[in-house]
Amino acid sequence: MLSIFKRSLALLLAASLPVAAEIDPWQYNLTEGVTSVSQNVYGLHMFIFYICCIIGVIVFGAMFVSMYLHRKSRGVEASQFHESVKLELVWTIVPALILIGMAFPATKSLMEIYDTDNAELDIIVTGHQWKWQYEYRGEGVSFFSNLSQKSKDQIYSADAKSDDYLLDVDNPLVIPTGTKVRFLVTAADVIHSWWVPELAVKRDAIPGYINEAWTKVDEPGHFVGQCAELCGKDHGFMPIEVKVVSPEEFESWLGEKRAEAAAIAEAAKQTFTIDQLLEEGKVVYDTYCAACHQANGQGVPGAFPAIAGSPIAMGDVGLHMDRVLNGGVGMPPFGEQLTPVQSAAVITYQRNAFGNNMGDIVQPVDVVQYQQGQ
Amino acid sequence: MVEKSEQKQVKKTSLYLSVFAAAMFLFCLTVLPPLYDLFCEVTGLNGKTASQSNAVEVKVDTSRTVEVSFVSINNEGMAWEFRPTEEKLLVHPGQAVTTHFYVKNPADYIMVGQAVPSMVPHNATDYFHKTECFCFNQQALAPKEDAELGLQFIVDQDIPKGVKSIVLSYTLFDVTEKMPEVVEQKKLELSAKENTQTTEKLTVGQL
Amino acid sequence: MAHGPAKGFSRWLYTTNHKDIGSMYLWFSFAMFFLGGIFALVIRAELFQPGMQIVDPNFFNQMTTMHGLVMVFGAVMPAFVGLANWMVPMMIGAPDMALPRMNNWSFWILPFAFAMLASTLFMEGGAPNFGWTFYAPLSTTYAPASVTFFIFAVHIMGASSIMGSINIIATILNMRAPGMTLMKMPLFVWTWLITAYLLIAVMPVLAGVVTMMLMDIHFGTSFFDAAGGGDPVLFQHVFWFFGHPEVYIMILPAFGVVSAIIPTFARKPLFGYSSMVYATASIAFLSFIVWAHHMFTVGIPLLGELFFMYATMLIAVPTGVKVFNWVTTMWKGAMTFETPMLFSIAFVILFTIGGFSGLMLAIAPVDFQYHDTYFVVAHFHYVLVPGAIFSITAAVYYWLPKWCGKMYDETLGKTHFWLAFAGLNITFFPMHFSGLAYMPRRIPDYNVAFANWNMISSVGAFLFGAAQVLFLYIIIRTIVSGKKATDQVWEGATGLEWSVPSPAPYHTFSTPPEVK
Repeated sequence: MLSIFKRSLALLLAASLPVAAEIDPWQYNLTEGVTSVSQNVYGLHMFIFYICCIIGVIVFGAMFVSMYLHRKSRGVEASQFHESVKLELVWTIVPALILIGMAFPATKSLMEIYDTDNAELDIIVTGHQWKWQYEYRGEGVSFFSNLSQKSKDQIYSADAKSDDYLLDVDNPLVIPTGTKVRFLVTAADVIHSWWVPELAVKRDAIPGYINEAWTKVDEPGHFVGQCAELCGKDHGFMPIEVKVVSPEEFESWLGEKRAEAAAIAEAAKQTFTIDQLLEEGKVVYDTYCAACHQANGQGVPGAFPAIAGSPIAMGDVGLHMDRVLNGGVGMPPFGEQLTPVQSAAVITYQRNAFGNNMGDIVQPVDVVQYQQGQ
Repeated sequence: MVEKSEQKQVKKTSLYLSVFAAAMFLFCLTVLPPLYDLFCEVTGLNGKTASQSNAVEVKVDTSRTVEVSFVSINNEGMAWEFRPTEEKLLVHPGQAVTTHFYVKNPADYIMVGQAVPSMVPHNATDYFHKTECFCFNQQALAPKEDAELGLQFIVDQDIPKGVKSIVLSYTLFDVTEKMPEVVEQKKLELSAKENTQTTEKLTVGQL
Repeated sequence: MAHGPAKGFSRWLYTTNHKDIGSMYLWFSFAMFFLGGIFALVIRAELFQPGMQIVDPNFFNQMTTMHGLVMVFGAVMPAFVGLANWMVPMMIGAPDMALPRMNNWSFWILPFAFAMLASTLFMEGGAPNFGWTFYAPLSTTYAPASVTFFIFAVHIMGASSIMGSINIIATILNMRAPGMTLMKMPLFVWTWLITAYLLIAVMPVLAGVVTMMLMDIHFGTSFFDAAGGGDPVLFQHVFWFFGHPEVYIMILPAFGVVSAIIPTFARKPLFGYSSMVYATASIAFLSFIVWAHHMFTVGIPLLGELFFMYATMLIAVPTGVKVFNWVTTMWKGAMTFETPMLFSIAFVILFTIGGFSGLMLAIAPVDFQYHDTYFVVAHFHYVLVPGAIFSITAAVYYWLPKWCGKMYDETLGKTHFWLAFAGLNITFFPMHFSGLAYMPRRIPDYNVAFANWNMISSVGAFLFGAAQVLFLYIIIRTIVSGKKATDQVWEGATGLEWSVPSPAPYHTFSTPPEVK
């Protein structure tokens, strides 16, 4: 018993460290988390667990005593009693009372979770197959968060996996400390579920509907989570990474993100060589396209068409741009997600890789012009 | 062996059980969905906002303001540009307010969109009346066409005191394939427009 | 009626005999148990260590889906229907089921349903890959083409279950021997009566929900498509309106089996018979008003969330009554521990553990952390494997001597028990830990933090699988070369089924027995 307490104490300490605690391959209990909600939830979890343990000891104890004492091999005579209204009443009423005792803290905790009033920052969280999109309301910052390339490279490799395998992303969500952040959770295709255990936030992301959840973290830290609702092939490969930083750092991060957006617009005006485009295009392809069309461009028969020899990739450039930017036939549009440079690069790559050898180049300017309808 | 009277009894039992099973099937298919919609409207479950309402501006409660913010989401496969022209508005309960959403079709063909509303907090749903909304109908846009779509609403005076901020989201779905008749109509409209334009040109030329 | 069975294959094809049909149901479900088990082992093999080694993520999803569907609809449900076919007429002193021809039908459409379901594995685009709960729109707009075959397979399974249930109710209500009043019926008959009503109430709802899917996919309706004014959450409400009673459908007959076995080996009557009946009925009733506890995270308004939380917690009361009654039945008995008794005791202990985690899951705020993690996987496997599978196994050992007139080998039986018991706990207990350490369910690959627990689970799964192969061997060996069993079989057994010779003749109770 004592060791369990020590263990949970250690977990408690580990969980409250500012950076992601070292992974514990034998972790066996819920995280205490870093918010008042998650700590309440943890307390409730342990409270009910201990009640279950006490009931278990009584019931299983009685069974084992009976199995030891009332064996035929000990020469006992079976007694024939088979009814007692008094007993039946006792074990109907006592559990009911225990349940009422559980219901009170549970109700209180639930009301806290539902209290989304007075949020200081709204973030729209949109689930996509198979990535998350975060939009900071009123801040002009919006981006996609994909599984990192490092993890992707490890999936099929025989090498040892890194500690953050499948739990790291290219663009983490960043939120400020001491701020009540409200998440408006939705989805753009199927149902996903946005879950960060240490914040005790889990909300289903449902296409066409918004759900709300909130958190307030007081100390800086780094937390991870995963999609918790089966959402198709790569359901296991769309993690969540949250960085909690001081409000000052948060402001400067927002500034960086805005500068990034400006730089992307600037880059779209430049002209690139085919080699530059092919190099960038391969990276974009592996990040965004390979999940369905496969890294070798062969697709999956019956599900995802091949890029190699595809009539789109080897046909009219306009149609090719339309398919990549606006989507169609089951493919999502990437116009919003990819920068013009990335779109131009990946289209150029698809037209020239996998033996397609079309030899033509799409420049970022072409993409911008196409999108503006000129 | 089974006796006559018993057989009758068996027939009776199986008959009523079969009827019961069939009734449950029909119940599920025909009663449950509308019942659920009704339930959603009453409880605000899922933030389903009711369809068009005839609420009129009665008495504006200037002592209170409610923040209404607008969220636009594109469902997968929907390439339109879609955003509210105003991200949030401060409104008084009872006041009729108009706002707009900007849409643009970047594709080279006619597309039809359907906006689906949703609202949090759920208990505000009942007190949010839309008198005019682009979400009541499908919207068709010609290639590269853009538009500002209107939304007019009134926040009920009886909205619970606790509700200070409302989020209204619209998810835009691509329903082009499901709505060929809307596409056809748009085509007709476009060609009619073109015709008038050419006639105009012709008349100008004739002069 | 002194006819014996017909000869050859036509005996099985045309039979209307409840014992033949019961045997076919049991063999069929056993085959499906192995098929579903193979799917489970593919899952566990892939999850043996981090990284993708054996299958691709899409096929992994097909495996989890098919494992769930085959185990629920192919293994557990037909096995209980098989037990009902064999035992209900013999327990109430009826010559056969009330509707013997429909009985034949309800069995023979099953193999077609599962052949159709299994054939989707070989189709282009693969088998259903959206989980056995097939949430829309993943199962509609985003489904593989094989979804249509899945829908028809579910329709046929549903029709089979409904026919089977009508038959069971008609038999129990109309064909009891004189003097067999309702409150004298063995508890297995009672639990099946209530289960059959549950089935008739909810299988049409399942048929309805897949029909709505079919219409959404092929006929342009929008039940679950938000774009057309539908609602994907409606799917979940309707599905779980079926789904929650469904889990009790899989456990109530198990209560009946255990309530027959424990008194036999404790040599003492069942404690609190009438409260057992009432508890079963109240569990059945409650099962209709708790469905949304599967959906605590979809965004139900606070009051709704509270209602479903309280209602779910309430289920602990009648379930507790049952467990207390079983323990009290054992108390002051004169117990022996033959294989059926071992499985039944393991049932009570492990099912109670599953009940505890169920109680934890009922607490909505904490469920936000448990929902869709391996904690849930651990929970429902703890109720279904010891609950349904162990009770079916116990029932087979218990009644097999009556069915085939031969005794199984007790040492082998006990070996099977201990292997299965160890395998089960090694497989599913660590899942509590990996779930609490936040491993989501239905993922084909995972972070290294979960590697230890997963490796243990995978080892346990293969052990559990091997134990079931031993089970098959034991059954065949018993049928082929078991020692002759007595008519009474078990010293402490009571009830009409033990009053007929072993093996039970092809026709029993052609003249109704007198029950005092």
